[in-house]
Amino acid sequence: MANTAIAAGATARPLKYGSMSRDRRWALRWSYFFLVLFAIFFLMPPIYMLITSLKTSAEISAATNPWWIYNPTLENYIELLTQNHYLTFFRNSAIVSVCVVAVTMVISVIAAFALARMKFWGSATLATGVFLTYLIPETLLFIPLFKMFAWVNETFGIQLMNHWWTLIILYPTLTVPFCTWIMIGYFASIPKELDEAALIDGATWTQTLTKIFIPVALPGIIAATIFAFTVSWAQFLYPLAFTTSATELVLPVGIITTLIKGDVFNWGQIMTGALLGAAPPLVIYAFLMDYYIAGLTAGATKG
Amino acid sequence: MAQVTLRKIVKKYDEVLAVRGIDLDIVDKEFLVLVGPSGCGKSTTLRMIAGLEEISGGDIEIGGHVVNDVPPKDRDIAMVFQNYALYPHMNVYENMSFGLKLKKTPKDEIDRRVKQAAGILDITELLDRKPKQLSGGQRQRVAMGRAIVRDPKVFLFDEPLSNLDAKLRVQMRTEIKKVHQKVRTTTVYVTHDQIEAMTLADRVVVMNAGLIEQVGTPNDLYHSPATKFVAGFIGSPAMNFIPCQLEQAAGALSVRLSDKLSFPVPSDRTARYASHAGKANLVLGLRPEHIAETRPHTEANQHDFDMMIDVDEPMGMETLIYFTIGGADVCGRVNPNAGAMSGKAMKLRADLSNMHLIDDSTGKVL
Repeated sequence: MANTAIAAGATARPLKYGSMSRDRRWALRWSYFFLVLFAIFFLMPPIYMLITSLKTSAEISAATNPWWIYNPTLENYIELLTQNHYLTFFRNSAIVSVCVVAVTMVISVIAAFALARMKFWGSATLATGVFLTYLIPETLLFIPLFKMFAWVNETFGIQLMNHWWTLIILYPTLTVPFCTWIMIGYFASIPKELDEAALIDGATWTQTLTKIFIPVALPGIIAATIFAFTVSWAQFLYPLAFTTSATELVLPVGIITTLIKGDVFNWGQIMTGALLGAAPPLVIYAFLMDYYIAGLTAGATKG
Repeated sequence: MAQVTLRKIVKKYDEVLAVRGIDLDIVDKEFLVLVGPSGCGKSTTLRMIAGLEEISGGDIEIGGHVVNDVPPKDRDIAMVFQNYALYPHMNVYENMSFGLKLKKTPKDEIDRRVKQAAGILDITELLDRKPKQLSGGQRQRVAMGRAIVRDPKVFLFDEPLSNLDAKLRVQMRTEIKKVHQKVRTTTVYVTHDQIEAMTLADRVVVMNAGLIEQVGTPNDLYHSPATKFVAGFIGSPAMNFIPCQLEQAAGALSVRLSDKLSFPVPSDRTARYASHAGKANLVLGLRPEHIAETRPHTEANQHDFDMMIDVDEPMGMETLIYFTIGGADVCGRVNPNAGAMSGKAMKLRADLSNMHLIDDSTGKVL
């Protein structure tokens, strides 16, 4: 097919004049090839999950073709959605994520504005410090956090362990540094004259932030929001370490702790739970994708 | 009444002195232009008046009140920036009304003022467009509109035309002058372009290395520069500087440019220059238009001489010629029909009635 396309072009006009479009056609062909390759590679696991979620436990463990469903059933879905635990996990996850996104964005937008614009003593060092905080792996953080929680309990008598809302305090340690960093970069790309103009127009710092910076930096804010949501929705280590009771768990931990009993893996429900759990980020991505891409490429060219 | 007064204004960045103690009185309704090469402190001075930079020393008064510690919004000024600085997410109307809204001006008053300013600037039909849908000239108009609606005591312009192409720049220059004639607000305008300075200003302030070289009307600066810097900065092509000696013989003074070339000093200048005879480091300053082709009729202080032309540049209405005297490059302006040609000798005429004698060691015009 590829050859016929070139041959057709050749009859229409001498080939040497069409070298640009010929190059482009080849580039496109390679692009499609790799895009399809990657699409298959990345879609394989979710498709496998979908297929498995529609099988009975017996069929999953039977030695049949894993890519084919012989007796499709919605049993896993019905069981999971009528079970109290799963809905509790879902609710916990949703509340935690929404709160974390709100807390993160409030802190990081204000922090980034201060660090990017209000030149004060040590602001540059602080900005670098914020980024370095992000580079510390979370696995190193949870033992000191344990110690801190124990101290809080001893000193103030507040038990922070084993509560889903504790995660609202914990997750921002992961999301705030990175979101602040994104927002510093985004705010820095806004020309300085814009806040000077606002200053002369009579805006206070707060008005400059809310009426000029936030609307102008909206794509960046949306990118940061998506990041914060994804991190808190998918976070596994902290809830695993800090929550234990079934009513306090969030989705990622809840699924594996309640659906793996001893050495019995309820694969059908695990896959169903994971698949349903992946839906909210998917929906959010779909809605905000255009903004997200605009946010990622901002700063590449000065806009 | 909105006069602006600067008293011994100093600006220090760490250890670098950007502005080194300047005094300036800007009278009410005046259009004052600060001009100078980049890094001369003109923008810093403007930003200090605006309150965007803190002053390191001295006093700034606007309308008779010291405003050293007054924030920009309370100084009652409006500023137009080089890159327009329009709020990209607001349309033209919102851009222009933003300041008034923050001041909680009544809606109908805002509407009246915005429409009036839009009328002055001829942007009424653009009011609901976003800045990105406007051309450079239109954006600059909106930026000016934003300044006008606030009806401030002082307009500050920071190189507002530098981002426009040459043709539009000339057009907007006229526009700015027209607007000033209509609204008569005290204006401080910063530019590095001496033509812009000359054409717009009531008075021009020439700055160099953080100091004021000279303040005066455009004609003052052109015809009676105080320093070599001003003499060279104002005027295009720039004034010729030719090293010379001042010779006194039999009560008459003459400037000697080379072994062969010497011109008598005009009689009305003899008294002024007499004490400098024989001094070293003297420079003759003569504008290109005072070196032209020879003509049949000779007036006082005009002297003919022969010169080999190095380069000729026809401009249409005139031809620029370049030659060297005693190692110094000299430019003259001759009639396009005078037959100037590179590599050919030509009879020229120097008009010394507008000569300047400069002491090169102090940079002062004598």
